Amino acid sequence: MVASSSSLKLQDLIQEIREAKTQAQEREVIQKECAHIRASFRDGDPLHRHRQLAKLLYVHMLGYPAHFGQMECLKLIASPRFTDKRVGYLGAMLLLDERQDAHLLITNSIKNDLSQGIQAVQGLALCTLSATGSAEMCRDLATEVEKLLLQPSAYVRKKAVLTAVHMIRKVPELSNIFLPPCAQLLHEHHHGVLLGTIMLITELCERSPAALKHFRKMVPQLVHILRTLVTTGYSTEHSISGVSDPFLQVQILRLLRILGRNHEESSETMNDLLAQVATNTDTSRNAGNAVLFETVLTIMDIRSAAGLRVLAVNILGRFLLNSDRNIRYVALTSLLRLVQSDHSAVQRHRPTVVECLREPDGSLSRRALELSLALVNSSNVRAMTQELQGFLESCPPDLQADCASGILLAAERFAPTKRWHIDTTLRVLMTAGTHVRDDAVANLTQLIGGAQELHAYSVRRLYSALAEDISQQPLVQVAAWCIGEYGDLLLEGSCEETEPLQVEEEEVLALLERVLQSHMSLPATRGYALTALMKLSTRLRGDNNRIRQVVSVYGSCLDVELQQRAVEYNTLFRKYDHMRAAILEKIPLVERGGSQADEEAKESKETAQLSEAAPVPTEPQASKLLDLLDLLDGPSGDAQHPPPLDPTPGGALIHLLNLPCAPPPPAPIPNLKVFEREGLQLNLSFVRPPGTRTLLLITVTATNTSGGDVTHFICQAAVPKSFQLQLQAPSGDTVPAQGGLPTTQLLRILNPKKAPLRLKLRLTYNHFGQSVQEIFEVNNLPVETWQ
Amino acid sequence: MIKFFLMVNKQGQTRLSKYYEHVEINKRTLLETEVIKSCLSRSSEQCSFIEYKDFKLIYRQYAALFIVVGVNDTENEMAIYEFIHNFVEVLDDYFSRVSELDVSFFSAVNQVFHSTWQRTG
Repeated sequence: MVASSSSLKLQDLIQEIREAKTQAQEREVIQKECAHIRASFRDGDPLHRHRQLAKLLYVHMLGYPAHFGQMECLKLIASPRFTDKRVGYLGAMLLLDERQDAHLLITNSIKNDLSQGIQAVQGLALCTLSATGSAEMCRDLATEVEKLLLQPSAYVRKKAVLTAVHMIRKVPELSNIFLPPCAQLLHEHHHGVLLGTIMLITELCERSPAALKHFRKMVPQLVHILRTLVTTGYSTEHSISGVSDPFLQVQILRLLRILGRNHEESSETMNDLLAQVATNTDTSRNAGNAVLFETVLTIMDIRSAAGLRVLAVNILGRFLLNSDRNIRYVALTSLLRLVQSDHSAVQRHRPTVVECLREPDGSLSRRALELSLALVNSSNVRAMTQELQGFLESCPPDLQADCASGILLAAERFAPTKRWHIDTTLRVLMTAGTHVRDDAVANLTQLIGGAQELHAYSVRRLYSALAEDISQQPLVQVAAWCIGEYGDLLLEGSCEETEPLQVEEEEVLALLERVLQSHMSLPATRGYALTALMKLSTRLRGDNNRIRQVVSVYGSCLDVELQQRAVEYNTLFRKYDHMRAAILEKIPLVERGGSQADEEAKESKETAQLSEAAPVPTEPQASKLLDLLDLLDGPSGDAQHPPPLDPTPGGALIHLLNLPCAPPPPAPIPNLKVFEREGLQLNLSFVRPPGTRTLLLITVTATNTSGGDVTHFICQAAVPKSFQLQLQAPSGDTVPAQGGLPTTQLLRILNPKKAPLRLKLRLTYNHFGQSVQEIFEVNNLPVETWQ
Repeated sequence: MIKFFLMVNKQGQTRLSKYYEHVEINKRTLLETEVIKSCLSRSSEQCSFIEYKDFKLIYRQYAALFIVVGVNDTENEMAIYEFIHNFVEVLDDYFSRVSELDVSFFSAVNQVFHSTWQRTG
């Protein structure tokens, strides 16, 4: 029974496997067969071993485990019969890669076989060595291989050369062994050996600069070889669709590229040849195109003459017009590489590139998109953006994100007018709103805010866009913000640049409410809408009942952020109505990424936007929005992305986060004690950082030597108009009694005009059950603080 | 550098596979199915070069058999494309009008024969 299945030939096994109808059946057949094979290996039958191994290899190729055949490979390799050796070496190549322990054991067999003298056997051994030779094996057998490089038989030489290539890849130090024979091997006539030699030289040059220098001397010889290839006529042996040995040509060109890179002299020698190849190659078939492509790559990489580079770009342009998509793909990829260095030459082909945008093929359109974005410059920006926006509307979703950000970037860099910029951004948001980058909203609001003359225009357009579609979140956010800011302009009714749009107050309010209630709106969007409604309460002339209603409804909303805003706004309506107009004034333009713009002392102003003030992520939330002596970084205004705040119900809106202050740098300026009352002491220490002449860092330290704790401690500061002040979060709001840990707070003062510093401090705290408020000016400020 | 060479039929059965870099055996089947899926989803109008993870796939369809070669960035795609065709022509000569059946039956012989090409890339 065992005998009969062990003599199952490979073909029969394959037949059986093919007859299996399902995966499970196939697995069954294979498992049964593997069991037989394993048994046969155990029995050690030498006659049929190769057959078993052949079957095992087939099974391995299908994906089943075959590691138990490894030792059999070794036995087969060691056997004197050729059939055995053949299957053995094949098995070794497939099963015995470097990770297996048995790998090294074949070294000896290979060594013996290499010195044997029978070509076929040597061929097998070389094959295996080149496929799976490990570093140690290569080192051991390098000299053997080198001897075989100069054997009379071309078959062996070819394999030896390829093995040498593998060895160099594994163990670059062996290059000194393989360097000398190369010169002689270049005189080969046999193309196989020649190809291998070229590869060997390529590997040597890539890995060692010394070899590179050595082989540069051979450039004329290589040029000669290539020229003969190109100019000789048709040779049946090597011709592929009319081009003689394109593989060899391509390889030589690649080597020339490596040799000519950054080397004037070699590049010069090659110039003529490259021009010749470029013009003589027949481009009607793929083989010719492959050679041409390699030529172009080489021209681009070496120090070629300007004329040659233009020739290369033109060839690529011709490729672009070819109907074969492969060629167009290849051309687009290379043009992308070229666009940095030869921008003007590539510009000439811009119309064709734009054509390729309309390709249905995914790889092509992606390349075309990248290339088009790289080609946008100030003169063609309008036309290109038009094309790109057309593309944006029809392209697959994965490309939309790239396209959208590309268009926005190009618009930023090259926008001819602000209005065009706003229009373009709007259009992108309307088409691909969900795929734009996060800061697109910020950028757009920045842009609109800055373009005063376009406020009316932008608010109208945004209103109409919003009225049509409230699903694209970035668009809705910007529109809500704009309507809130410039609502009065919207209702005025006349604007030269768009058609007259008669908008009623009620419509505007209804729209914003819709946004608030829609389940498509993100929480951030709702925040924008709520704030916009609030701002409209001052801008619109009608009464505010509707707005007040909405705001109070959201006071019990589940979303904490919204709830907080609603409650604050409610408070604004109820208790601080007199401040409402001032607080909800138009936002002054914030510098992008800059520090907070600053203040008038003692004037209430709108809570400013929180831009990238990273060192001040969250600030103590003032409970009352009044008495703004200075900058309070409360994000209850239009934060672009409101930072997460601790939840508080209704009333007390004080958040103090215990952020550790940065330790103050050593202060050569003497400290100043500015305040003392009932054991609570306030000290100021000053630092002028050496880099900036206008910056002053003040650390306010509060210490408490009394018996009772000081709680709810808030320190605020005010400076004259020309200064800029930044208050960072204090280390805590409680100064513990009996000389406990003092509270510190850092003030940053920018003094660009180098005016004399005046500082006013306001303290509020609870001490001994009483609430205390103190306002005083700091006298005796040392001169070094502002000079 | 060529990373792998596959001959897969339309149903996803691998007829020949040669990996020039070590890939785990279970990952191989996964790789092959993914590769054949991306090749099958292309129409005849699209170009034969696909970007897949960090290498490029160059494929050619011959009746029901796909020949896919995976290469890294340094290769000339068109030369590989030509190489695939060359290989098929040689097979054609050897088996005189080769068909998929021949390929699957003589796969072991194919391996030996294929290894003579080694890594010409």
